[in-house]
Amino acid sequence: MTGALELAAAVRSGERSALSVVEDHLGAIEALDGELHAYLTVLADAARAQASAVDATVSAGGDPGPLAGVPVAVKDNLCTRGVPTTCSSRILEHWRPPYDATVIERLRAAGAIVVGKTNLDEFAMGSSTENSAFGPTRNPHDPARVPGGSSGGSAVAVAAGLAAVSLGSDTGGSIRQPAALCGVVGLKPTYGMVSRYGLIAFASSLDQVGPFARTVADAAALFDAVSGHDPLDSTSLDRPAPRTVGAVGEGVTGLRVGVITELVDGVDAEVVAAVRAAAESLAAAGAVVDEVSIPQLRFGMAAYYLIAPAEASSNLARYDGVRYGLRIEADDVEAMNRATRHAGFGPEVKRRIMLGTYALSAGYYDAYYGQAQKVRTLIIGAFDQAYERYDALLGATTPSTAFLLGAKVDDPLAMYLSDVCTVPSNLAGHPAISVPFGTDAAGLPIGVQVLAPALGEVTMLRVAGAVELAAPPRAVPKLVAAP
Amino acid sequence: MTAGVGTGSGWEPVIGLEVHCELMTRTKLFCGCRNAFGDEPNTNTCPVCLGLPGSLPVLNAGAVELAMRIGLALHCEIRPSLFHRKNYFYPDMPKDYQISQYDEPINVDGWLELPDGSRVRIERAHLEEDTGKTSHLGGGGRIHDAAFSLVDYNRAGVPLVEIVSAPDIYSADQARHYASELRGVLVATGASDGRMEEGSMRVDANISVRRAGTDQLGTRCEVKNLNSLRSLGRAIEYETERQIALLEVGDVVVQQTRHWDEGQGKTSAMRSKEEAFDYRYFPEPDLVPLAPDAEWQHAVAASLGPMPAERRRRVAAAFGPGPTGASRTDQIATVVELGLDDLVLAAVEAGIEPALAVARTANEAAADADGARAVDPGTYVELLRMEQDQRLSATQAKAVLGDLLAHGGDPAEIARRKGFEALATDSLAGVVAEVVAACPDEWARYAEGEDKLAQFFIGQVMKSTQGKANGKAVVEELRRLRG
Repeated sequence: MTGALELAAAVRSGERSALSVVEDHLGAIEALDGELHAYLTVLADAARAQASAVDATVSAGGDPGPLAGVPVAVKDNLCTRGVPTTCSSRILEHWRPPYDATVIERLRAAGAIVVGKTNLDEFAMGSSTENSAFGPTRNPHDPARVPGGSSGGSAVAVAAGLAAVSLGSDTGGSIRQPAALCGVVGLKPTYGMVSRYGLIAFASSLDQVGPFARTVADAAALFDAVSGHDPLDSTSLDRPAPRTVGAVGEGVTGLRVGVITELVDGVDAEVVAAVRAAAESLAAAGAVVDEVSIPQLRFGMAAYYLIAPAEASSNLARYDGVRYGLRIEADDVEAMNRATRHAGFGPEVKRRIMLGTYALSAGYYDAYYGQAQKVRTLIIGAFDQAYERYDALLGATTPSTAFLLGAKVDDPLAMYLSDVCTVPSNLAGHPAISVPFGTDAAGLPIGVQVLAPALGEVTMLRVAGAVELAAPPRAVPKLVAAP
Repeated sequence: MTAGVGTGSGWEPVIGLEVHCELMTRTKLFCGCRNAFGDEPNTNTCPVCLGLPGSLPVLNAGAVELAMRIGLALHCEIRPSLFHRKNYFYPDMPKDYQISQYDEPINVDGWLELPDGSRVRIERAHLEEDTGKTSHLGGGGRIHDAAFSLVDYNRAGVPLVEIVSAPDIYSADQARHYASELRGVLVATGASDGRMEEGSMRVDANISVRRAGTDQLGTRCEVKNLNSLRSLGRAIEYETERQIALLEVGDVVVQQTRHWDEGQGKTSAMRSKEEAFDYRYFPEPDLVPLAPDAEWQHAVAASLGPMPAERRRRVAAAFGPGPTGASRTDQIATVVELGLDDLVLAAVEAGIEPALAVARTANEAAADADGARAVDPGTYVELLRMEQDQRLSATQAKAVLGDLLAHGGDPAEIARRKGFEALATDSLAGVVAEVVAACPDEWARYAEGEDKLAQFFIGQVMKSTQGKANGKAVVEELRRLRG
């Protein structure tokens, strides 16, 4: 499978046509996605048309963009004009946004080609992509196992070669966790680095759009294409985004890297071993490595499961059957609201709306939401302290490798704990990336997580690049596009 | 309809008013849609003000500036502020939450001086977005029995400032004066057109009663749907009497939101405290804190003209020191309310008697305020000077003024066209002599000192000159004849 940067170089030079690149990927989707179910919508015709336009630009001697002809899959919670954008929910099943998300516009401007919309846990709430109203996505390394979530479709599309790169969203680990479970790279940027305009909100203060790729360099290239200030997003950072793609191969000589005790404690032994091996390889590459404890991170899950549902309960109020999406008719408007939401939302979404509504209720706000925000401040302070001594931090991405479909669906708490290692970066608004590093005894991929302070993408990608370089050979998925 | 309803019975009402003012910005509070009243329904909408999934608010700096103008005009402190979400389901609210300011509003702790010199404290004046507008059609025409409802979202997202007074108002009259004075301030700041009938200024009243002379507050009711100053006064009187009647028989007032029915002249319960919505306020994560810097605040303050209270003082000062009667106070209030005070000040500056300037402005010019606001002050002064110099009688001056305001032109030319050449002194003397000769009885009484008969002679002279005579000149001639 050819990577995004390689494909773009071939298309830009005229060595390959964008149309042939797109046809290859559409063929792979045709062959494999029946079983994997990474995609909810495949945009074959639009992708071909866009590829032809890129080819025309190349023939005319124009600049087709840095990601010319690169097939990109997009999580189905990113708005695409005129194309169904469902959040894997019945409530938005037939909704077609009248506008494109900012990241979609930037992808097109870079010459990338959106080949389809990918499956997710409903409204990005979940860690296995089993909470999709349209059926689960399967892990290409073992179709009996989950791909992780919530951006499971985007992770699988890249892992199986059904797209060169993809976009997901990460609220508590929804990019990094499926990346780890599917053996690909997944990057969550600094909060505010990538526009959220057109990303259908789950938890606004935590959500961030980011790339999946098969290499760290490809992830960096996609990050570079979509990041940067957007006047349509008030929380977007009003400063030039760093250019990261050149940093990936810079090495780690002299960088100080700390392995976070709390991000290896309680984690499966094989995963811990991978983190330790990655740490040793960084030391061998010239980094200064030791271990650091950040005890405050232990409160991350509790804070996250108050803040995220609280914001979600408000963000999801608008799905009331009045203006768009599903409507179940009833005698009066309140009954219509109730019937619509009852029929339109799945059980996990309802659970979180109830949790969040409770956390914000009069008399409980201070004890729950208010307290969780204090914990959040505490975690940011603890990270800040650690970053006085370290340039980057290292830990597991997930406590375990991919689990079997159905294994945790009846135990929400066990499912929530899949995100224990990833949630702290969302609470802090910091960047983090998962890089494949070896496999467990069953041959399932393991991810190692590199964390950095706010705006620390360049350093983070240097470390990620070194981890990738030292990693054992990747496991080849059972279900994967022909080379 | 008098001040101090209930005071005779030993009770007094205590009233606080919440005034919602639509800001006259070009665009809405969080998007670029036109802010206009009366357009075709649902034409001034976009993904943001329709609350479409994925859309995000961006704060309109023009609205912030108008909010600051209001705050400064009300002597408030401008503070760093936050936006919150106020969560409740209503079909005309696109996101099913309203973005509003909660515990950290932009303006706090001000006051408004009423024409009688009393001051009402302003607790806060905060920014928020308006909702859409629902029409219930068919059936009974109310929300619960209508056949169907239509929603117009043109108003959704229109910027509002809500101005909350302290419970410093003690009568229906004072409440009306407060609302009227506040309207004058809002118009003077350029924030509002002050049109209650179009809903650009809406008033809710919090009313409680207590034993006169005590300072403890009773249980209050909030009365909504007050669409005019008249409704405001009537509703307060009704509600005060209702609460007194309850307390007189030993009943209690239940804290409620009540609806004013203008047709029936009654308030009725909408919901009790127990049924009140739990709005689950929390900080709006899609917006950043608002902190207008000192430079911006100073620029806004410098651009603010004088407010009505100050302008009344300026007009009063034109009379010099000494007491002013109630009718003059009313005249001054009228010219300021209609924005005609600059005409009065220009006239006094140019040497016109203040009493004449304010009388013509408050009476005749006020009858055509639009025309008066458009007239050139120099032209206006010229007309008043013709009257003051007795080149025109009062009656003639009023007629010329009417023409001038309606059609413009040159006062001398208008007077000539109307044939208003003041009578030369010798021909006036002839007319007076004729009248005196024709009315020997009245002349005898006048000659014996019955001065009020001068009016009779003026009337007779006016009759025979078709109003061309000058009243003062007639009196002078009568006195001369009497010796």
